[in-house]
Amino acid sequence: MSARSQPKSAQTLSQSAEIVEKQTAILFSDPPLTLASGESIGPVTIEYETYGHLNEARDNAVFVCHALTGDAHAAGIHCQDDKKPGWWDGLIGPGCGLNTHEYFIICANVLGGCQGTTGPGSVNPQTGQRYCLDFPFLTVGDMVSVHSELVRSLGIDRLCGVIGGSLGGMQALDWSVRFPDQIASAIIVAAGHRLSAQGIAFNAVGRRAIYADPGFDKGNYDSENPPRFGLALARMIAHITYLSEDSIELKFGRRLQDSDKFAYDMPRETEFQIESYLHHQGKRFVQRFDANSYLYLTRAMDYFDLAESYGSLAAACRRATCRFLVISYDTDWLFPTSQSRELMTALMKVDKHVSFLELKCSFGHDSFLIDIDPLSELIGPFIDQASVAEREHVTNSHRTDIDSSTALD
Amino acid sequence: MSVSNRYQLPDISVRLTDELIMQHIDNESRVIDLGCGDGRLLERLRREMSCSVQGIDMERSNLVSVIQRGLPIVGANLDEGLQDIPSQSFDFAVLSQTLQQVKEPRQLLTEMLRVARRALVVVPNFGYWRVRMEVLWRGRTPVTSSLPYEWYESPNLHFMSMYDFRDLMTSIGLTIVKESPIIRGRAVDRAWAANLRADSAFYLLEQQR
Repeated sequence: MSARSQPKSAQTLSQSAEIVEKQTAILFSDPPLTLASGESIGPVTIEYETYGHLNEARDNAVFVCHALTGDAHAAGIHCQDDKKPGWWDGLIGPGCGLNTHEYFIICANVLGGCQGTTGPGSVNPQTGQRYCLDFPFLTVGDMVSVHSELVRSLGIDRLCGVIGGSLGGMQALDWSVRFPDQIASAIIVAAGHRLSAQGIAFNAVGRRAIYADPGFDKGNYDSENPPRFGLALARMIAHITYLSEDSIELKFGRRLQDSDKFAYDMPRETEFQIESYLHHQGKRFVQRFDANSYLYLTRAMDYFDLAESYGSLAAACRRATCRFLVISYDTDWLFPTSQSRELMTALMKVDKHVSFLELKCSFGHDSFLIDIDPLSELIGPFIDQASVAEREHVTNSHRTDIDSSTALD
Repeated sequence: MSVSNRYQLPDISVRLTDELIMQHIDNESRVIDLGCGDGRLLERLRREMSCSVQGIDMERSNLVSVIQRGLPIVGANLDEGLQDIPSQSFDFAVLSQTLQQVKEPRQLLTEMLRVARRALVVVPNFGYWRVRMEVLWRGRTPVTSSLPYEWYESPNLHFMSMYDFRDLMTSIGLTIVKESPIIRGRAVDRAWAANLRADSAFYLLEQQR
């Protein structure tokens, strides 16, 4: 959700850091997309990237859903000079958990985002002006509707799997319930069927920081002069929720930034290393993210609640037909293991194929972006088996078709 | 040591217990295997009997093995109970050579019959004559083929005989639908002096009606 995956060993980087290209599609030109709020939007530009090759049968595609502030650049590099590969580069590549020799991986920027897909920073074709807060209210379901249409537009009937962490996991879960015929498996990492009240509270403080920035101007700020302080503050707060007590202690402790001794100087704002780190995170975030997008996307996350939408979590799960892999982290307090367990119980209650594991990792919620190996170890065989079952299923139903057509003759 | 670390019986016994368990499971039923190891039994249940299966184990390597077989598995410690498993969501709950390794066997047995209609349990028999001889003549904690550990490294926390097991069933209100002593690698329906001659025993349990 926050930090890009940590630099990997030189070997993995050279193996997987292939040059990839941004791609765009224009969807919902006519008719437009009707959103959960009842409003509609169209056309929608969607930025996406793909890794590996789509096979002739078009049955080897896997969709990766990014988290709150992620983007379509999940793996590889855009040019030789790129210092950092995509945010899940360790997981996606030749021989990796999502093996690009076998699978065709798609990752798209979400609706409402600010990295290529239509969002509040885009120009409203009806007015010629940027949408800003006139952008329609959107939900996790709306993001998934756009992803789902993108997959269809690529000529893919069914995905081997949909995978995502955090807000991406919510998308994968929503997908399994709303478009069950489109996916054979869902992998839900460090996520849940709804955000806790505590999570909403942190989002609320982040939004307040943006609203309260004098430069916010009801969302009509000049894109060259955004509400920097508010957005940076929102990021600092959110970033704390992505870490764990242990990881902060280990990485920074009470160490001071520039000296061994306290300065006893009130105007000096950055004295501890953790302060410097958070300021740096805030500053960097402002360079790549739009404040209005942040408002829309956090709201979408707050609204997501599968139990509420379908009466109960089990009722929601009943609609799914895919197999599930649910993974949580022991130090994640934004989406604690108890939430993943709740999901697992609901899936089991309605007799779904579900595997669940809590991984141990000290990095808190961000673990899913950092500790890639244990993820790969589970995801690789899970996707392989889902795709094997899928092919067997297709062969069998094809046979049944032949049988029934013979019977008709 | 972990609860899921079933001790390695000789192959013949593993095959025997698997067969024994499978004989008491209906085709196309829903089965949960507690401490399922690498999922060998689960795979046979699915393949040969079209069962809908679910594994539970706590070793990550076992999770990977079971996922590699394309089967569902939940990573959980049986000592922490089955509270996340919905009630009566299975027809059969299997616990093979693991009961003696959990901290609260009584609680686990009760839980098994909360999540499933019937429980299938294989336990070592501490009343076995070789175990008794070992204690009586050599004054040693027994290490036998079905109790193959030194006392300090044994994952086995509880030792019970067939008599003890029956007593426990009475006290927690479970019915023994079937008891099969396992004698020299064979499960029998009835045997004289079974508590002396069997190195382990198989039980089919139900909630008392």
